[in-house]
Amino acid sequence: MAREGRYVPEGIADEFTQGAPSSGEGQPTPNRPAMPALGLVGTLRWMWRQLTSMRVALMLLMLLAVASVPGSVLPQRNQDAAGVIEYLADHPTAGEWLDKAGFFDVYTSVWFSAIYILLFVSLVGCILPRSMAHYRALRGRPPRVPFRFDRFPAKASATTDVSPEEAADAVAARLRGKISWLPMFRVDRGEEPGRGARGASSPSELASAGPERPSGRPASATVSAERGYLRESGNLVFHLALVGLLVSVATGQLLHYRGQAIVTEGRGFANAVVDYDTFEKGAWFRPESLVPFSMTLDRFVSEFASDTVAFAQARDFTAYVTVTEPSGEQRPETVKVNHPLVVDGAKIYLQGNGFAPDITVRDAEGEVAFSGRVTFVPQDTMYTSRGVVKVPDVSPGLDQIGLVGYFLPTAEVEPDGSARSVFPQPVDPLLVLEVYTGDLGLDEGTPQNVYELDTASLDPAVEDSGERVKVLARPGETVELPDGLGTLTLGEELPRYVALDLRHDPSLGFVLVFSLLALGGLTVSLFTPRRRVWARAYVGQDGATVVEVAGLARGDDAGLQAEVDRALAAVPDPEVERDPVVEPDPVIEPDPVVEPVETRTRSEKD
Amino acid sequence: MDLANLSVLLVWGAATALAVALIAFAVDLSRLSGAKVDARDAARGREQVTVGAGGAEPGLPYGPDGGTDTGTAAPGAVNRKLAGIGMSVTWLAAALLLVAIVLRGVAAGRAPWANMYEFALVGTFVAVAVFVGVNTRRDVRFLGAFVTGLGVLFLVLAQQQFFVAAMGVQPALQKYWLVIHVGVAICATGIFTVAFVTSVLQLLRDGRDNGSPLLGSRHWGWLDHTPAPSALESLSFRLNSVAFVLWTFTLIGGAIWAEDAWGRYWGWDPKEVWSFIVWVVYAAYLHARTTRGWSGTRAAWFVVAGYACVLFNFTGVNLIFNGKHSYSGL
Ligand code: HEM
Repeated sequence: MAREGRYVPEGIADEFTQGAPSSGEGQPTPNRPAMPALGLVGTLRWMWRQLTSMRVALMLLMLLAVASVPGSVLPQRNQDAAGVIEYLADHPTAGEWLDKAGFFDVYTSVWFSAIYILLFVSLVGCILPRSMAHYRALRGRPPRVPFRFDRFPAKASATTDVSPEEAADAVAARLRGKISWLPMFRVDRGEEPGRGARGASSPSELASAGPERPSGRPASATVSAERGYLRESGNLVFHLALVGLLVSVATGQLLHYRGQAIVTEGRGFANAVVDYDTFEKGAWFRPESLVPFSMTLDRFVSEFASDTVAFAQARDFTAYVTVTEPSGEQRPETVKVNHPLVVDGAKIYLQGNGFAPDITVRDAEGEVAFSGRVTFVPQDTMYTSRGVVKVPDVSPGLDQIGLVGYFLPTAEVEPDGSARSVFPQPVDPLLVLEVYTGDLGLDEGTPQNVYELDTASLDPAVEDSGERVKVLARPGETVELPDGLGTLTLGEELPRYVALDLRHDPSLGFVLVFSLLALGGLTVSLFTPRRRVWARAYVGQDGATVVEVAGLARGDDAGLQAEVDRALAAVPDPEVERDPVVEPDPVIEPDPVVEPVETRTRSEKD
Repeated sequence: MDLANLSVLLVWGAATALAVALIAFAVDLSRLSGAKVDARDAARGREQVTVGAGGAEPGLPYGPDGGTDTGTAAPGAVNRKLAGIGMSVTWLAAALLLVAIVLRGVAAGRAPWANMYEFALVGTFVAVAVFVGVNTRRDVRFLGAFVTGLGVLFLVLAQQQFFVAAMGVQPALQKYWLVIHVGVAICATGIFTVAFVTSVLQLLRDGRDNGSPLLGSRHWGWLDHTPAPSALESLSFRLNSVAFVLWTFTLIGGAIWAEDAWGRYWGWDPKEVWSFIVWVVYAAYLHARTTRGWSGTRAAWFVVAGYACVLFNFTGVNLIFNGKHSYSGL
């Protein structure tokens, strides 16, 4: 590591970059970072090194996984606000504490944010120095040929008739590969002077020791080669892309807006903050960024399965709309589930649909007190839909009227009077309402949910038997309200409504690009083998050229020995000898290649 | 008989075949462990010799290019005929399951992986296919009993608990992303399964090698016939990295799809949360492998934790939580 000036994160076990091949699993080495002599700067530096260490990255990752769990167990406000209220009601004490600790907004809570922010600080602290080191390494040369090959996990040797230079050139050429502009290996061809006391050991000793001569070696032609720089590049791209992803997501949060509008057939809405039923925006959102187009819902069509297996399952929803651009230009469009409509950079989604029947209420004096479409929200897959009609504008002196109940597209009334819908399409529509009178509470100025009737100061209309009166109406019918309150008319047409969700997030493209970069970097990094191969060729005792090749890989690399063998096979006319040092009992492997090199080559030459 | 029912029958056929394979593999393993002590010793001696000859990592019973079978090569070896039968029957099970899945898709008129029943079928198929596929390149028959065992378990559970009739899907699921996103997720799950089995063996073998009193007994003798822990770890890592890349793609693909179907690319829906947890745990695993003091045995525990999350994501999240993903019907 020091030799190349490579940066390696604290705590990383990397035999490859540290150049010390060893087999077996990395054991904790005793030279852990020791506490430096303290001092403010020293302590800070020590803390920084800890934070950017592999061990801490590991802990933070596990912590992040654990911290994500409660958000899937407890209801979360941003998805299921009603669930949170219910939970708080069911668990008053624990719920309050959980709420204070942010367990109902886990993914925006302080502790969750702290973990991922620390993780990303650690990531940046780890990745920037590594990027710099890698940039230098990219322009560097493969490490020099090690003095001894015997420690390496993959090695092979052979003898040949050609000169050491020719042999080394052949190995180098093979390692570089066929495509000159895209070499497989970065290769250095070198020469090495003779080494050690060559004459010190007797020739017979040298011969029996094989080509691996501990005591000395004549001048050699060498090759050092390295491949797989892309592995580290991929790794860095991956980690940097994660940072990019986080930044894009955060920016999107600040700039985005999302509006929801309920639109009935034949009506429309304009893209303006006031026209939405709910509107949510990021901190950096400016109203000017809303392009003032408008849209009308011409028609809504739904299809449901009618076969027995999947009876009444939704099959297709389509909203046919007309978009009017600010320029006045109009064009027809469709919005479908899974196929949002894109208008001026904003996406419009079809999020829900239902019936919005026309209801007219006349009060006791015959005056129209209410007339309009009322949104009934489906409660089940058969579109048994619930809705509320509030009639505050009765003639002076009369009680206000509240109606609450169900719209059933295909009604089935049970003998006991209860009713439900048995098919989502309006085959036999029926409106079933209960009637309340009194004070709707609208005048106090407190905001009210349009889908709920606050019955606190209202009285239900009851039969003599004490049962609630149910008003039933079919399309086109006008029915009497109980107690002489007036009449109710259900319109002949049954307009549909759609719930549209309009969203604009300028960061989407960046989020996608960084995600794909991360995926690409990850793939390259995990599947690029990182290998070093060295070769040395010299004239052996008997005058034949000895070629030795050794390989080292990062991590486990099943292809390393094959790579070494391939490099050796480039040598012209080779006599391969595998692993002379550890070659065992020839009885097991009675292949002639294990015979001593000298005898065999000589006999062939003779 | 209609296609949907034929598919169900074929699944039972595949489950039966896997059960037969399981028995064959299990008997094979017990023969290995029950073999006379001298045979075992002989086998041990042979193993070492093979290592020398291959020049491979110590204790790696298959050469780097695979295929060296220490189990049958030398005289005195335990007869592995049953393992061979197990492999053939496993191939048969894979074929039956494949046909069952295809028929199911034809019956439903869409890609056959839109509900838990179908996930279980396809996931099991991928696991079995990965197992037999890897076995063509190197001898991994020692995994057989475990892969087929899990396969039987998954298939029976699927038939008994998760079964739903074959039919079309709702509008929110009607998109080519169903094929890509879910298909890739299931492939990843299948590969994670085989990697998990490998890592569990690694842990067991490591325990036995380190003189664990529990694993030292005769019953666990077959562990001596599995590759060394380092070789198991490297196999598990290779499988896990493939699966991890596929899982990363699952997350990205899911986010792209969610953006179109639900109007947001990420919303911390329970399924999304648990897919994220799975991803983070396996990312931690990859870090652990390269962290000093955490590689080897400790890293293998991350695989166990990660796979537990995969299974929970697959079953628990659909059954317990009520999120956006629950609408696919079981
Ligand atoms: C958001 C948090 C992080 C995630 C999700 C993450 C994910 C990953 C993944 C999936 C890999 C394996 C794939 C590959 O080799 O490229 C990896 C490798 C690596 N990560 Fe991270 N990482 C995170 C943070 C960090 C941090 C904080 C550090 C520095 C301490 C770090 C250092 C490394 C290193 C050195 C490797 C390469 C290991 C090797 O040599 O094979 N990562 N990371």
